[in-house]
Amino acid sequence: MAIEARNICKTFGDFAALDKVDLTVGDGELVALLGPSGSGKTTLLRIIAGLEYADAGRVLIDGVEASRMHARERNVGFVFQHYALFKHMTVFDNVAFGLRVRPRPVRPPPAEITERVMALLKLVHLDKFHDRYPSQLSGGQRQRVALARSLAVEPKLLLLDEPFGALDAKVRKELRRWLRRLHDDIHITSIFVTHDQEEAMEVSDRVVVMNHGRIEQVGTPEQVYHQPTNGFVYDFLGNYNEFVGWKDENGDVHLAEDDLWEAQQQAAPSPVLTSRPHWLSRYPELTNAIRKVIPGLPLPTQAASNRAFAKMTRSQMRALLAERGIPVRVFARPHEMFITKTPDDAHEYIPVDVIHINPAGSLAKIELQRKNGTILQAEVPKTIIDSLAIKRGDHVFVRPKNVRVFE
Amino acid sequence: MRRSPTSESLWMRALLMAVGLGFMAVLVLLPMAAVFAEAFRHGWVAYRNALEDPLALAAVRLTLLVAAIAVPLNVVFGLAASWAIAKFDFIGKRLLITFIDLPFSVSPVISGLIYVLLFGSGSLLGDWLSDHDVQIIFAVPGLVIATMFVTFPFVARELIPLMEEQGTEEEEAAIMLGANGWRTFFSVTLPNIKWGLLYGVLLCNARAMGEFGAVSVVSGHIRGLTNTIPLHVEILYNEYNFVAAFAVASILTLLAVVTLLLKSLIEFKFAPEIRAQKG
Repeated sequence: MAIEARNICKTFGDFAALDKVDLTVGDGELVALLGPSGSGKTTLLRIIAGLEYADAGRVLIDGVEASRMHARERNVGFVFQHYALFKHMTVFDNVAFGLRVRPRPVRPPPAEITERVMALLKLVHLDKFHDRYPSQLSGGQRQRVALARSLAVEPKLLLLDEPFGALDAKVRKELRRWLRRLHDDIHITSIFVTHDQEEAMEVSDRVVVMNHGRIEQVGTPEQVYHQPTNGFVYDFLGNYNEFVGWKDENGDVHLAEDDLWEAQQQAAPSPVLTSRPHWLSRYPELTNAIRKVIPGLPLPTQAASNRAFAKMTRSQMRALLAERGIPVRVFARPHEMFITKTPDDAHEYIPVDVIHINPAGSLAKIELQRKNGTILQAEVPKTIIDSLAIKRGDHVFVRPKNVRVFE
Repeated sequence: MRRSPTSESLWMRALLMAVGLGFMAVLVLLPMAAVFAEAFRHGWVAYRNALEDPLALAAVRLTLLVAAIAVPLNVVFGLAASWAIAKFDFIGKRLLITFIDLPFSVSPVISGLIYVLLFGSGSLLGDWLSDHDVQIIFAVPGLVIATMFVTFPFVARELIPLMEEQGTEEEEAAIMLGANGWRTFFSVTLPNIKWGLLYGVLLCNARAMGEFGAVSVVSGHIRGLTNTIPLHVEILYNEYNFVAAFAVASILTLLAVVTLLLKSLIEFKFAPEIRAQKG
C-alpha cells in the first residue's frame, strides 16, 4: 500500500506545524519520521491517519484521494505513544474490538474472532495474558497489545506514534528489534514517528528527517548519516563536535574565532602551551587585517602585531575574521577526531585537556576541554590511547580528520 | 517508637482529630439525631400518621417527579457540556465553564426570582405563555426548571476534570479501529467515566430533592399541588406541627444517608476496578 502526501500545510494558531510537506512511502516500506519535538512529525502522521485535517494539500492512499475520507474508513492501524488501550477491557477484548465493531454483514462470527485474536496474541507473545486488564501488564506488554489490536483489523497501513517513547531503554531496544522482525514477516507498509535517531537508524528502511514543519532530508539510514544534506541533519543524527570556521578565497576552511582566542592566549607574555599559534604564521596579511579593525595602530613588526593581537577584544577579533572570508559551521563526528601529543606544522591543532576517558569497548570515549571551556568528544581506538599513554589531566592536541562544512 | 517525618506530636494529632470530630458531631451528627428524636417524640404511630397524611404523600410524589425529570436532563446536559469542554476547543468554551459554576455562586432565591420575572404574569414571555395556556410559574414546570438550574453543575463538575485527564486517545483508538460515534461513546467513553457519572448523579439527586430556596420562590406553596418535601416541612413547622415536620424531614435525612451509603458501597465494591481505571 503506497502512501503519498502532497504539499501538506497545517497551522495551529500562528504556529506552522507543517509547511508544504511532500512525502512518498512505497508499498511494504518501513519509514521513520525523525525530528525534534515540534518538528511536525506527529502532526504529519495524524494527518495521514485522518485524526487531523490538513489546511492544504492531499493525502493519497494507494493512489486514491483520502483527504476527505473519515479516519475510520481509511483502514489504517494506529499505535499511540501511551498505548491508549481500553482500560476497562481485557487484553482479549481490546484486540477483538476492531472486529466486533464491524457492521454485521462484514463482521466475522464469534468463533473466528476468537481464533484471530488468539493468533495475534500469540504473534506478540501475550496469548497467556488474554484475560488480564491493561493495568496488570508492563509498559512493553501494553504496547504489544496495542500493536496486536491495530493489526486485528488487517490494516493496509500501520502508523506508530513514538511507539517506544514511554518505555525504558532495555525494553525499547527489545521492542525495536521485534518490530523490525515483525515487519520483515508481514510486510505491511509502516510509518513510525520517533525523536530517537538510533531508533530510526536501527528499525527503518528509510529515514525522513524533519525540522520546523519541513522535511530536511529523506534517505536510507546510511545516506542520512554519511551524506547529510545540511547542518541540521548532521546535527540530529549523531554525536558531533562543532567548530566555527571561515572559508577563504581558495575555498579552504580554517577553524576560527575560538581558535583565534586560544591563539591569543598563547601569544600572551607567558605562553602556557607550546603549540604554534597557527593563525599568526599562516596569514601574512594579518597585520593589515588588524590595522583595518583597529585603525591608526602602528604595526611595524610581527612582534608588535602579536602584541596588538594579544590585546584584542573578542568583538574586534570577530571583525577581523569577517575580513577573512565566509563564516561556516564545521562539524566532525567523535570518531573523526585525531589526537596527538606532538602536533606537526602541517595542520591546525586545537590544544585541549583530557577531562575524562571512558574505556568501555574497543573505542575509548574521551572528553576533552578546550581553553574556552567547550567540551569536545573523541572516540579513539584503545590501542592508540595506550601507545600514546594518554591519561586524565594530560594536555594534548586534536584536529578533525574529516569535517563537514555547512554555511 | 520512630515516627514518620510528616507525623506530628501526640497532642497535636489529638487536637487535630478532636477538632475534626468535634465539628462533625456538633454540625452533623447532633442535628441528625435531633431530627429523628423529634420525629419519634410521640411514638411510631404519630410518625406514621404524619407520613401517611395525603398532603405529605403528595409532597413526596412531587419531589420524586421533579427529581425524575431534572436529574436525567442534567445528566444529558452534564455529559454534553463536559464532553464539549474536555474533548474539543470551541468559541465560548471559557464562558461555558464559567457559567457552569454560576449556580454555586448565585443565591438559589435569586435564581427562583429570575424565573418568576421571566415566566410570571406581566412579563412578555409569561403573557405569551398564559395566552397559550402554558403555566410555568406556580406549577410543576417551574419547579423542574428551578431545580435544574440549581443542580446542573453537579454532573458536569464531576465529569470535566475526569474527562480532561483521560484525554481523547482512547476515543481516537476506537475510531481508528472503525467504531462509529455511538459505539465509541458507549464502549469507550462511558465506561471510563461511569463512576464519576454515578457520583455526579447521586449528588445531583440529593440536591434536587433537598432544594428549598429557588423552588420556594417559584412554587407558590399550593398544598398538595406545588409543595415539595422541603417546602412541606417548612409549612408544617410554621404551623407548630413539630412531629409531622420532623417526620417528613426525616425522609430527606434518610435520603442523604442512603446516598452516602450508596457512594461508599460503590467505592468499596468496585475498588479494584476504579483503581485499575486510574492506573
